Amino acid sequence: MTSLLPNTPRRWAVALLAVALLALPPAAQALGEPFYISLVSRVLVFALAAMSLDLILGFGGLVCFGHAMFVGVGAYVVGILAHHAAEETLLLGLLPGTASGWIAWPLAMLCAGALAAAVGFVSLRTKGVHFIMITLAFAQMAYFFFVSLRAYGGDDGLSLAARSTFSGLVSLRDKVSFYYVALGVLAVVGLLLWRVTGSRFGMVLQGAKANERRMVHIGFPVFRYRLAAFALAGAVAGLAGALLANQANFVSPAMMHWTRSGEIIVMVILGGMGTLVGPVVGAFVFLLLEEALSGWTEHWQVVFGPALLLAVIYARQGLYGLLPVRESAR
Amino acid sequence: MTRPLIKVTGLCKSFGALRATDNLDLDIREGEIHALIGPNGAGKSTLVAQLAGELRSDAGRVEFQCRDVTALPPPERVALGLVRSFQITSVFREFSALANVALAVQARQGHSFRFWRGALADPLLTEPARRCLEQVGLGARAETPAARLSYGEQRQLEIAMALATGPKLLLLDEPLAGMGREDSAVIVELLGSLRGRHTMLLIEHDMDAVFSLADRISVLVYGRAVATGTPDAIRRDPDVQRAYLGEEAHAGEFFHA
Ligand SMILES: Nc1ncnc2c1ncn2[C@@H]1O[C@H](COP(=O)(O)OP(=O)(O)OP(=O)(O)O)[C@@H](O)[C@H]1O
Ligand SMILES: [Mg+2]
Repeated sequence: MTSLLPNTPRRWAVALLAVALLALPPAAQALGEPFYISLVSRVLVFALAAMSLDLILGFGGLVCFGHAMFVGVGAYVVGILAHHAAEETLLLGLLPGTASGWIAWPLAMLCAGALAAAVGFVSLRTKGVHFIMITLAFAQMAYFFFVSLRAYGGDDGLSLAARSTFSGLVSLRDKVSFYYVALGVLAVVGLLLWRVTGSRFGMVLQGAKANERRMVHIGFPVFRYRLAAFALAGAVAGLAGALLANQANFVSPAMMHWTRSGEIIVMVILGGMGTLVGPVVGAFVFLLLEEALSGWTEHWQVVFGPALLLAVIYARQGLYGLLPVRESAR
Repeated sequence: MTRPLIKVTGLCKSFGALRATDNLDLDIREGEIHALIGPNGAGKSTLVAQLAGELRSDAGRVEFQCRDVTALPPPERVALGLVRSFQITSVFREFSALANVALAVQARQGHSFRFWRGALADPLLTEPARRCLEQVGLGARAETPAARLSYGEQRQLEIAMALATGPKLLLLDEPLAGMGREDSAVIVELLGSLRGRHTMLLIEHDMDAVFSLADRISVLVYGRAVATGTPDAIRRDPDVQRAYLGEEAHAGEFFHA
């Protein structure tokens, strides 16, 4: 007997989350609180970034401390292309800019993915703390690279000359449209990653996390699979960056600061590693708490830090991970 | 004469001043069960690690099926059919027994850049995996996470995973390590049933198992093969008696086997 109703606590949680997210914009407008639409839009964008990190962190066991770099690069690709389109100048004297999302967003993914492949090619040869430090070092290099890019605002960043356009299909300047685009992208990517993690590729990734030595001795050259996962995660983070540029209407090096990378890691761990849905929950809790606490006291970080610590200590598998996978035994 | 499946010549490996493998020559013939015995610290596991490509040899040469594999990385050796098992159980503890073996099956079915189809719902993986589990006697435990299997069952799983890669030469590093009599008997019977289908290098301290299974035996002492021969010849060999006497608790068991 199959039923249309969810049959496990986790599926219930996902179904409720989906309904709540779909209903949020009309509800917020009805309550006269449209502010929540942009707040949650931002959450959705970070959820996408956190989900992409979960692929390599949760499923692959690779603690990448530079994930914000890929988000930032994706955002800059959109920002720089829009800038050249508005100024009618050529990028590097060669390429015209564009505000078209059909071109800019895939390019953002491509650039972030290529960068991730390059970073992974070097860093994936190391393990543990070395891996963390090398990814962090790369992210710092990227950060300072963009700080030094005077043509694109350097330290101050670059405001987005125009939101990405999609042949007049949607206008991202409209808050509600942007919200649903972000939600749609998150849902589609989530579904794709869910398939990927259950596929042969996903099994290799998880096997390499659980017992790399054994993987090698049953015949898997694990490096190339990890590299592919790293590039894929980077590309998805780049897509999150493209969304973030449009959401904030602005790009700046601050997007790839190491504290941002740290925050994305916290979102994944807080929500539950290796679950894909967990990072979405984590992004929600993290950003909404941040919002609430910063409105309450200037020293919100003093409260926030310990609260996160407690959550991570007492909910080891993360908040979503606390829900049982199966129905409780009858 | 059957030609050697693997031919080891002049193999060396030192850890600092310690010569763990000392100018070792060894031939293993196609189809045989070749036991490797020797006291603790003789260098048996080191040799397995060298043959599996995990440890780089200081000198010497390893030929597998007439092909020089001395510098080949482990996954490529596995692809050729040179597969090891572990003295200390090494499985994917959170995966089910079936998933453990399915992953090993997957390794021999070409590349794994397949991103869409669910692996654990793929009969191309699960059916061979189930057959392997049946073969080692774990058929009924397919869905159990490896961490929840008993010690003996984990040892069976260890062998099932090596089998699932489709090996030509199995390097079995103490498959009976730490097992009780009954569990051991199951494995001994299993290994016997694999005779002819897989060539085996069997490292074992259990002399009953060694003398009942082996076609030939090599004795390793301080990284050197001091003798190679049939079980009867080895039992009578004076060098072997000297090497074992006085330093090995197994000696008594060994000579009256
Ligand atoms: N990585 C290493 N570094 C230094 N010394 C090592 C290393 N690995 C093994 N040895 C030493 O090499 C010698 C051979 O070890 P090995 O594990 O091959 O013995 P073994 O014959 O498998 O013994 P056992 O029967 O106890 O399993 C031992 O003296 C051991 O201490
Ligand atoms: Mg050993």
